[in-house]
Amino acid sequence: MSIVFYLLAALTVAGGLAAMLLKNMVHCVLALTVAFAGLALLFLKLDAQFAGFAQILVYIGAVAILVVFAILLTRGSETPKDGVFSRSWLIGLVIAAAVFAVLGWAVLQSARVLPHETAIPVVTVKQIGAALVGRYVLPLEIVAVLLTAAMIGAVIVAMHENVGHEKEGSK
Amino acid sequence: MTPLTGYLLVAALLFSIGLAGALTRRNAILVLIGIELMLNAANLNLIAFWRYGPHPEALTGMMFAIFSIAVAAAEAAVGLGLVIQIHRHAHTTDLDQMNRMKG
Amino acid sequence: MIQEAISVAPQLAVSPIAEILWLIPALPIVAAGLGALRKQAGRKTAATLAIGSLSFSLLLSLFAFVHVLSDWINGVATREIANFTWIQFGATNVDLGWVLDPLSAIILVMVSFVGLLIFIYSIGYMKHDENSTRFFCFMSLFAGAMLGVVIANSLLLLFMCWEIVGLTSYLLIGFWYQRPAAAAAAKKAFLTTRIGDVFFLLGIVWLFAQTGTLLLYNNGAGSIESSSLSLLLSQPAALGLTAASAIGLLIFAGAVGKSGQLPLHVWLPDAMEGPTPVSALIHAATMVAAGVYLIARVYPLMAAGALAGGTTTALTVVTWVGATTAVFAALIAVAQNDIKRILAYSTVSQLGYMMAGLGMGGVAVGIFHLITHAFFKALLFLGAGSVIHGCHEEQNVRRMGGLKADMPLTFAAYGIGMLALCGFPLLSGFWSKDGILEAAQHWSVAQTPFYMLVIGALLTAFYMTRQVAYVFFGHWRGGKLAHESPALMTVPLAFLAFFALALGFIGTPAWPWFRAFLDGRAAGFAWSGFMEPGLLTLMGTSTVVVLLGIILAWQLYGDRSPKPTAPDALEKIAPIVWGWLNNKFYVDEFYGVTVIAFYGWWARVSDWLDRRIWGGAIAGVAWAFGMGARLNRFLDTNVVDGGFDKGCEELTVGGGLLSRVQTGRVQTYLRILALAVVALAAILIWSSRA
Repeated sequence: MSIVFYLLAALTVAGGLAAMLLKNMVHCVLALTVAFAGLALLFLKLDAQFAGFAQILVYIGAVAILVVFAILLTRGSETPKDGVFSRSWLIGLVIAAAVFAVLGWAVLQSARVLPHETAIPVVTVKQIGAALVGRYVLPLEIVAVLLTAAMIGAVIVAMHENVGHEKEGSK
Repeated sequence: MTPLTGYLLVAALLFSIGLAGALTRRNAILVLIGIELMLNAANLNLIAFWRYGPHPEALTGMMFAIFSIAVAAAEAAVGLGLVIQIHRHAHTTDLDQMNRMKG
Repeated sequence: MIQEAISVAPQLAVSPIAEILWLIPALPIVAAGLGALRKQAGRKTAATLAIGSLSFSLLLSLFAFVHVLSDWINGVATREIANFTWIQFGATNVDLGWVLDPLSAIILVMVSFVGLLIFIYSIGYMKHDENSTRFFCFMSLFAGAMLGVVIANSLLLLFMCWEIVGLTSYLLIGFWYQRPAAAAAAKKAFLTTRIGDVFFLLGIVWLFAQTGTLLLYNNGAGSIESSSLSLLLSQPAALGLTAASAIGLLIFAGAVGKSGQLPLHVWLPDAMEGPTPVSALIHAATMVAAGVYLIARVYPLMAAGALAGGTTTALTVVTWVGATTAVFAALIAVAQNDIKRILAYSTVSQLGYMMAGLGMGGVAVGIFHLITHAFFKALLFLGAGSVIHGCHEEQNVRRMGGLKADMPLTFAAYGIGMLALCGFPLLSGFWSKDGILEAAQHWSVAQTPFYMLVIGALLTAFYMTRQVAYVFFGHWRGGKLAHESPALMTVPLAFLAFFALALGFIGTPAWPWFRAFLDGRAAGFAWSGFMEPGLLTLMGTSTVVVLLGIILAWQLYGDRSPKPTAPDALEKIAPIVWGWLNNKFYVDEFYGVTVIAFYGWWARVSDWLDRRIWGGAIAGVAWAFGMGARLNRFLDTNVVDGGFDKGCEELTVGGGLLSRVQTGRVQTYLRILALAVVALAAILIWSSRA
């Protein structure tokens, strides 16, 4: 395992941890962005260049910004009085630890049968495009519909209150 | 330890961290952040298996991950929209206080 | 001499009078039934019904008697029977029927004739009583039942009529039931005769069990005909008796009760609480005669197994009981002061004579005395009634006196009756009593009864003279002056007096018509009848005894009329003996201390048993049921309902508990989800290990 891998892994995990542990919401989002970046770099290390750039574009470019907007709109920057963690945070932690234990165990259990390094695949955008409209055309269309629906839905859901209440009142 | 194992462990760790956050943080948005983290961990798993799997030229893993990214983005949008709407009603995003569906 | 059992061949063709013989008891019973429907005040109707029905019965009885008599004159011995089946169960029948033979014919005539005279007498006697309808209704029922006893060919029919006779005597003795003494006397009569009746019933049942029939005569198959008798003689019973003797003794026990023989005589004197016609009818002529008649009827059974010239155990017992009763009652009669009570004890004594006569001399001897006794005792009772009526309801002889001037007709009739009872020569009582004495003299077992009966005759003369002296001689010691009774009462007295005088002549030794008639033999008149060895001596002895008794009594009581409060002449001589006799030998007190006290104790024990033990058992069962019910309710409320309610409650609580899973918080759901995934994954991985 190369050193690069360890560094990138550390970065990602650190970002994730920070995202979960920090009190200030905006700091959490920024940490999340760091985690996304680390993940993108890991994708690049894994020779999945398209996936990596898509990750940067979508996640860092859209999702993170979206989350920031949401935080700003919900006054999440204010620190709540009772603390940021729920009352029963320990149980949650334990459960998460249990999940990690199981997953780790599964991975290590089958470590022997996992294949070794293979040849570096070369994936061009052209191949991806061809696959998208060839083999994966159905998922593509469905995802398109899904995105459309999600967009419309999000707009309706987050629409301003007066309009929403008027609409409810007249029903 | 093979590289694959390493990636898988990292993904598992990320997943657990995301889950821990989703289970313990009070703010709804942070729960969504945790969920994003979990999704990303799953993506990492997929790409790792694609890379070290038997037939990387079939692009299956990559496609899966790309679609997953797309869906995750859509889901984040809708989810955050819902959180905003809830905040308008309840004037809070504290999950501990949202138990109107209590049985 | 024991008379042989009458074994007369019955007629195959039953004469018309025998077929309608059942009307004789039925008519008075129907009259009683009709009378019961009338109001109390209809005296004329009630009397007419009673007297009319009994007159018809008398007419029919006379027809029957004439029929039997004509048969006898033609030398044919009659026994006509008419039987019918009453109940049938399985293969056994219970038959009833009636019989017409010389015995039943004579008694029928006697009962209906004397009864009729007494009915006519009681119209006058009961003139002032408001309840005459009830009186005549009961009297008719009594007469009908008594006639039923006489004609019965079946012991069951006889017993049924016997019981009705007992019932009506209870009703009549207690006729004035508002008086406690009368009610007590009626109850005593009924209970005492009941004791005898229980033994009688036992005898009937035993007889039925042994012979399979209760008919007395049934063309050779009857229970006292020869085939049954030989069967009974061969069956041994307890104490060395044969079944025949034992059954005979049981039946005699019934007669002991009804005829007032020694242990069960206590009811007869107390029964004088009833009106005088009742005393006359029941205790002179008819009911007490029923016992004697019963023994005469079942005489073949009592005499079965007797060796020639010998006697049976049953008849010996009958004789001893009779003789003892005769003397016992005569002794008590000497010291009584109530006019009717003297006559009552006299009746008991004379019944003893009849029983002794039956035991020693056979049917004819006993029945002859029965018939003569009926007439002169009825005469005496009616005469006493006339005296009581004339003395304004006074009954104590010591408050009477000198009535021979005030009530001459009554005196004449009473005198004849008294002499007949004493056995004054040539009157009816003389012949009948002599018949008994003659039989006693020739009795093979012992001579003691003979001497007892002679002493009894002496005592009879004594007490009767005493009574007559107190009542009719001397001077009046009572309150208001006495007067003679109306003709309605004195005419029957005259009739009866005539018979008391003349009836004896049908049974003299010179012309033994009565015995011959009963036996079915011819009878001729022969002075040589008097020439039997010892007969004239016997007649002389009895005459001397009677005169002795009369003279003794006259010496003591004569024309003297002592004051009512002064002691009796005999009491002055022998005060202790007088005390015993006056108090009737304390028999009633003895019974009160022993039998009645025991019965009271037994009743208390039974009451305790009933209340505590049986009642307690039932109360215990009820309590157990109550406890069971309470347990049931408890279980129902707590276990069933409670269980159900508890179950529902637990469900609710459980549901409440389970609903806590729905916290409404997303993170909780998420946690559970994660946990489930962990568990599932662990299982999968664990199971797929190599």
